[in-house]
Amino acid sequence: MKKNYKILGIIVVSMGVVLVAGFLLRHNTFAVLQPRGVIAEKQRTLIITATLLMLLVVVPVLAMTAGIAYKYRATNKKARYTPNWDHNLTAETIWWTIPFVLVAVLGVITWNSSHELDPFKPIASTTKPITIQVVAMQWKWLFIYPDQNIATVNYVQFPKNTPVNFQITSDAAMNSFWIPQLGGQIYAMAGMTTQLHLMANDVGKFRGASANLSGAGFAGMKFIAESSNSSDFKEWVNGVKRSPERLTMANYAQLARASSNVAPKTYAWEDSALYDNLIMKYMGTDNSAMHMAGMTE
Amino acid sequence: MFADLLGRLHLSDFQHDMIATGGQLSIVFGILGIVGLLFYLKRWKWLWREWLTSQDPKKIGVMYIIVAFVMLIRGLGDTMLLRTQQATSVGNSHGILTSDHFQQIFSAHGTLMIFFVAMGLMFGLINLILPLQIGARDVAFPFLNSVSFWLFAAGMGLVNLSLIVGEFSAAGWLAYPPLSGIALSPGVGVDYWIWSLQIAGVGSLLSGVNFLVTILKMRAPGMTLMKMPIFVWSVLGSMTLIVFAFPFLTGALALLGLDRTIGTHFFTSDLGGNPMMYVNLIWAWGHPEVYVLVLPAFGIYSEVVATFARKRLFGYTSMVYALASITVLAFLVWLHHFFTMGAGANVNTFFGIMTAVIAIPTGVKVFNWLFTMYRGQIHFKTPMMWFLAFVVTFTIGGAAGVLMSIPAADFQLHNTLFLVAHFHTMIVGGVLFGYFAGFSYWFPKIFGFRLNERLGRYALYSWLVGFVLAFVPLYILGIMGATRRLDHYDASLGWQWLFIIAAIGALTILLGVGFQVAQLVVSIITRYDNRDLTGDPWDGRTLEWSISSPAPVYNFAVIPTVTDRDAFWESKQSEAVKLPPVYTDIVLPKNTGMGVIIAGFAFLFGFAIIWHIWWLMVIALFGIIGSMIVRASDDDTEEVITADEVARIEIAAAQRSVL
Repeated sequence: MKKNYKILGIIVVSMGVVLVAGFLLRHNTFAVLQPRGVIAEKQRTLIITATLLMLLVVVPVLAMTAGIAYKYRATNKKARYTPNWDHNLTAETIWWTIPFVLVAVLGVITWNSSHELDPFKPIASTTKPITIQVVAMQWKWLFIYPDQNIATVNYVQFPKNTPVNFQITSDAAMNSFWIPQLGGQIYAMAGMTTQLHLMANDVGKFRGASANLSGAGFAGMKFIAESSNSSDFKEWVNGVKRSPERLTMANYAQLARASSNVAPKTYAWEDSALYDNLIMKYMGTDNSAMHMAGMTE
Repeated sequence: MFADLLGRLHLSDFQHDMIATGGQLSIVFGILGIVGLLFYLKRWKWLWREWLTSQDPKKIGVMYIIVAFVMLIRGLGDTMLLRTQQATSVGNSHGILTSDHFQQIFSAHGTLMIFFVAMGLMFGLINLILPLQIGARDVAFPFLNSVSFWLFAAGMGLVNLSLIVGEFSAAGWLAYPPLSGIALSPGVGVDYWIWSLQIAGVGSLLSGVNFLVTILKMRAPGMTLMKMPIFVWSVLGSMTLIVFAFPFLTGALALLGLDRTIGTHFFTSDLGGNPMMYVNLIWAWGHPEVYVLVLPAFGIYSEVVATFARKRLFGYTSMVYALASITVLAFLVWLHHFFTMGAGANVNTFFGIMTAVIAIPTGVKVFNWLFTMYRGQIHFKTPMMWFLAFVVTFTIGGAAGVLMSIPAADFQLHNTLFLVAHFHTMIVGGVLFGYFAGFSYWFPKIFGFRLNERLGRYALYSWLVGFVLAFVPLYILGIMGATRRLDHYDASLGWQWLFIIAAIGALTILLGVGFQVAQLVVSIITRYDNRDLTGDPWDGRTLEWSISSPAPVYNFAVIPTVTDRDAFWESKQSEAVKLPPVYTDIVLPKNTGMGVIIAGFAFLFGFAIIWHIWWLMVIALFGIIGSMIVRASDDDTEEVITADEVARIEIAAAQRSVL
């Protein structure tokens, strides 16, 4: 009887903890579970599906652990005791099979989702995609718009419901480019280009960050990603183009100096080869190495 | 001129900010305190003769565990600084640490906990128990065993020296280039990291070879492979992994060291080098390393469950095949640590599915443990309680791991605090709990008295509650999009109170360690009340319990003949009349200080390269080679314990148990 009160007490306390936690968390953004883009939506569904599937095994295992440990306690003289019973083919076949089936199901999910959500795969859409080149610098993000002839630092804007083709590299340490509410991350590596295809469902401002340690200013390496209406986007691009700030190689050298928590900046530019030059910088004199080191396709 | 002789070492390298100075002083005063105490008690000769020069695996095991426990306390000290920083460095406040110092601390925390705590506890327990379980008097290569331990200690010394002179790596516990390259990390920190791991890693590799040969060649007559205790099987798997995986670590560290020291371009981003090759190499070691640590813990749980449920281990054959398949699969999953590098969907899928496949044998093990308890008589002693805590944490952490094995899901969870929470669940709840279970389970065999049960339970409860408080908030933060290794974040994110709870959790774990220290102290003080006079305090099943506690220096006066899996349990059940034993002379290795000397030179060698003191490097290198030649030419390395002496020790132990 005393034991039952204990269990009841534990249940009441844990429910209390969950309620209090839920109350305290009510204003928080669960970025991974509150997606605002197509890719992040599919990734959320995937995470939830896989978690529920695993709970099918995890919950019974935990319940069995508690049940068996309680029933076969040494002080319970009524329970059966078979000290030499150490083998049962049927039982063992069952528990080689249960995780096998679970993993087979997860395997199919893994195969499908890996191909569907491959970050290199363009998003099918009737709207014409926009290309944005991303350079991870010590410790800020440079965004180059090759078709719009503008560039930005720690701020990136693109129209909603339009596939965005990010081409990503680094001019220093390795970083990881991540906008949680729009989709999963990918590494930014010097001398190589990775790709990430994202699309926002609606207008909004989203937090972006580097997810991989890149040195002392790493914590300040964050940016704002804004999706806007296409007319607002065009207006914004034109505004930036008229701005007096120009991105040149000389300007770039200055920007490349290590700095952290850099306020957003915008530039207009004419040198369309900047991004390619940055990749080539790491190739030495041997240009053929680019094809080997590039990880596209 | 004189300054050149010291390479890049300058007086200013001894100067640190206030918090680092605290660490520096605590190490210096700690060492001074121990040295002073040894002089005061006149124990130097005793320390040298009985311990430092010992070739007895039981003593080497105890030394491993002492080092590991001290490093656990230092690693937790680091934890407290990290947790304080993340709980306070919000918005306009920047906490107590600079970014660089914060990054050095988490790099040191990971390095210490894996290489010097988990590995140390593992090798400690293996040294203590493995020869006893297979009915052997020693390991295959006793001197090599001593060298391994001292190389481990030398590596540990270098990591801690970085607190006193210079700095430690700020590039994370696996030091990815280009960040760890000379251009972005010009200081000595990464070099400290490389050389402490290189030296300790060689020690681990040698131990791996040593125990592999010990298991394969030194088993008691009649103990076929399928009659080995399951802990021995788990160590066999673990050591196989070490032998195949550690060369990757040695190679990767050597190439990174060459890049940094003589300007090669293996892992630089230019001149044909590729930093991502390092990431592949380090994880080709790093993933098997996880299983190196967890397999022996699985072995311990299996022994503990069978003993405390008073029942044969369920599904022994399944367990062996599960261990063997985990050993093989461990080498086929390394890429899951960097799905986000952008390999194609096919490559990611392969490694994702291989990772999930590991859940099959692991799941089988969990079911077998549950059915060992089923229809048993469970005695809830401390080791059994650690096991139950493990089942809960490990099942949940394992599910989080399988979730991240799906590449498209991993893109959203990688490098977040969700990942940090996952691997701590596995390493704390899986590995550490297992070693704690093993420590309290086998303690009486080594020291002759039991540990205090009540304080052991308090320690367990504190660890378990602290563990939940420390890591559940991290899982939640990860889902909120909090990346790992942040020394500062915006107040508007609303993360702070979760970090504060995590800090309270870390404090609770510290309380658990406090209980463990108290448990040790109280148990030593009350040792005459807790004596294990029978040699079999838990009604054990395997050979180590068949001899007196503490185990005599030669382990077995008469080498047992094995006929069954639970050799000792069966002999307790059998009615056969036991013949009086016939004792013979026993040959054991003599103590030698050569292990200490070789590792001392290795320590100097590492120090010299780190600081570019080339003349010292050459001297140290010749010192290592010279000591090995001296040792190899020494023919007088064994001593004999006569049959009479053996009889005297055995009879004394028998009389103790009657009293």
